[in-house]
Amino acid sequence: MSRLKSLCALTLLLSGSVLSSAHAAGTLTIATVNNGDMIVMRQLSSEFEKAHPDIHLNWVTLEENVLRQRVTTDIAMKTGQFDVVTIGNYEVPIWAKQGWLTELKPDAAYDVNDVLPSVRDALTSDGKLYALPFYAESVMTYYRKDLFQKAGLTMPEDPTYDQIRQFADKITDKSGQVYGICLRGKPGWGENMAYVDSLANTYGAQWFDMSWKPLLTSDAWKKALTWYVSTLKEDGPPGATSNGFNENLALFASGHCGIWIDSTVAGGLLFDPKQSQVADKVGFATAPKGPYGKGPTWLWAWSLAVPVSSHQSADAQTFITWATSKEYVKLVADRKGWVAVPAGTRASTYATPEYQQAAPFASFVLNAIKTADPNGQTAQPRPYTGAQFVGIPEFQAMGTQVGQTVAATLSGQMTVDQALASAQSSVTRSLRQSGRAR
Amino acid sequence: MAVKTKRSTQIAVTLLGWGIALWLFFPIFWMILTGFKGEVEAVSSPPKLLFMPTLSSYAEVFERASYWHFALNTVVVSVGATVAALLLAIPAAYSMAFMPSKRTRGTLLWMLSTRMLPPVGVLVPIYLLARNTHLLDTRTGLAIVDMLTNLPIIVWMLFTFFREVPAPILEAGRMDGATRWQEMTMVLLPLALPGIASTALLSLILCWNEAFWSLNLTSSNAAPLTAFIASFSSPEGLFFGKLSAASTLAVAPILIFGWISQKQLVRGLTFGAVK
Repeated sequence: MSRLKSLCALTLLLSGSVLSSAHAAGTLTIATVNNGDMIVMRQLSSEFEKAHPDIHLNWVTLEENVLRQRVTTDIAMKTGQFDVVTIGNYEVPIWAKQGWLTELKPDAAYDVNDVLPSVRDALTSDGKLYALPFYAESVMTYYRKDLFQKAGLTMPEDPTYDQIRQFADKITDKSGQVYGICLRGKPGWGENMAYVDSLANTYGAQWFDMSWKPLLTSDAWKKALTWYVSTLKEDGPPGATSNGFNENLALFASGHCGIWIDSTVAGGLLFDPKQSQVADKVGFATAPKGPYGKGPTWLWAWSLAVPVSSHQSADAQTFITWATSKEYVKLVADRKGWVAVPAGTRASTYATPEYQQAAPFASFVLNAIKTADPNGQTAQPRPYTGAQFVGIPEFQAMGTQVGQTVAATLSGQMTVDQALASAQSSVTRSLRQSGRAR
Repeated sequence: MAVKTKRSTQIAVTLLGWGIALWLFFPIFWMILTGFKGEVEAVSSPPKLLFMPTLSSYAEVFERASYWHFALNTVVVSVGATVAALLLAIPAAYSMAFMPSKRTRGTLLWMLSTRMLPPVGVLVPIYLLARNTHLLDTRTGLAIVDMLTNLPIIVWMLFTFFREVPAPILEAGRMDGATRWQEMTMVLLPLALPGIASTALLSLILCWNEAFWSLNLTSSNAAPLTAFIASFSSPEGLFFGKLSAASTLAVAPILIFGWISQKQLVRGLTFGAVK
């Protein structure tokens, strides 16, 4: 009987502690991802709390896909668990149209005109600003200067894809585990398709014509995908279908890649000797150009937004204004050094001589972001915006499905023609199901 | 000749046993090892077995997140869910084991069938229920869901253990004037204690490792160690060292607990296997 009493006492005790958790008033809950810049923001947020003693910050760090799912559920069901959410420029216009995000009107001191126009435009819907950019990225080419020198090669500032292929062929040394080129191969709309879309654009390919008819079997798509598959098969690392941004970063940082075309955010990581064994050997150039030469390249802005379901919208806006301000950039520079400041958002950052000195790749990044132009010209007129994605809600599922088909060509399960035909039919079906196309 | 064959079979079985044990333990070993590597070493190719160990990943994990907050949530939710599940399952299993009706078998199978539904299939209704009852991001909410998830297995296990207890012993108690409650608490429970202990241990382990509901129903206040591990994955930047350190910290308590109580666990699981 005494055992039973103890059991009941334990249950009561636990019920007490189980019921004790509850949201505190005056607390902002911030949902974010575990990227380096966000970690710095979290560390420095004590300064914000010091300046605003009535606001306490509560951080929820989630894996990117979990974050997207959790935040979507929270906003769509109007739960109000999150006061500040970290989202990209893919979500912002779509969510703004749904009425999920609070319109932002930063004051004059914020100097919204200092935000790079391409980034600002990407976070604007119907002329209204719905998110403030925390850091932004585009695409550029990284290469190993020592391997190029050894092979007697010179990387031009504006390479073409044909040149990249020739360079990759020459520096590949599979027996020494040095691969001429590393590219994203892991399926996913934000993984392999981010790169493949950017590649396709410069080959003159696009997803849809003005009547939402998929154009995935076009000659331009075929040429772009053929380049991608044959180059990675000939000069890429084994198991490329498992490689996303992080895997390629690890390969390049440990000396296994000759060339890597990917997000500009990798610059800061590759030049950091703590994270890269080739920090003193990295060269950079613009993203390569294909036969079309124009077309949107790549623009992603990790941004902070306030959902309409937040119960503390005013405090949340105060926080995101602080975290994306010039003062915050200065704070990071003072505490962590100029190389650690969030990149790609403010013209004033790039105008600072200390930043230019600390980040030798700064001018390339600035130029890449300025010219990314998600609304830019394509070979034919198109009914959507977006550089490395298609700015419609269906794209997440559609992009991942096509990404899997693209990965199947890399692993040899499909030919390029078969993959494109399969992608065309799956995309046609998805659009029909969503009612966008008949 | 027969002795020789028997001995070589024994050696083969021992080697096979060790091989399987090492094969099963290798991922945990590699995770522990990676936690002591720097980020670049953690992803180096070919993988390094010999390296200079560092505590930098652990230092960063402790700096970035409040481990003890997550650990306390895990302990409270796991123990709470297990105790609540036992309180419900013991009477249920008792009635089904000793007072079966023609529907008992069907009820047991129906309970087990609820485990066959993928959790994501009921995510939206459970999320809405939790929201409407203000149980989102609370330990109570997570403990209730964990308890309900494990209840079918716990009832099944207890039912099996109770069936091993000879019914005449309970009848003897009843003849001596014991009520149903006394029969259950003073006769049955002491007899089936090893089985109940192993069921509780299994439930504790299942709750400790549960990730799907933790990630979907909690954010900060009630987030357990599984959410703590997930927070170290990064879309941009190397993270395997920190992720391994966080995972080691998250599984260490339950691993040590399992190690200490393995005798009871095995005894309970084989309870009544040989009469």
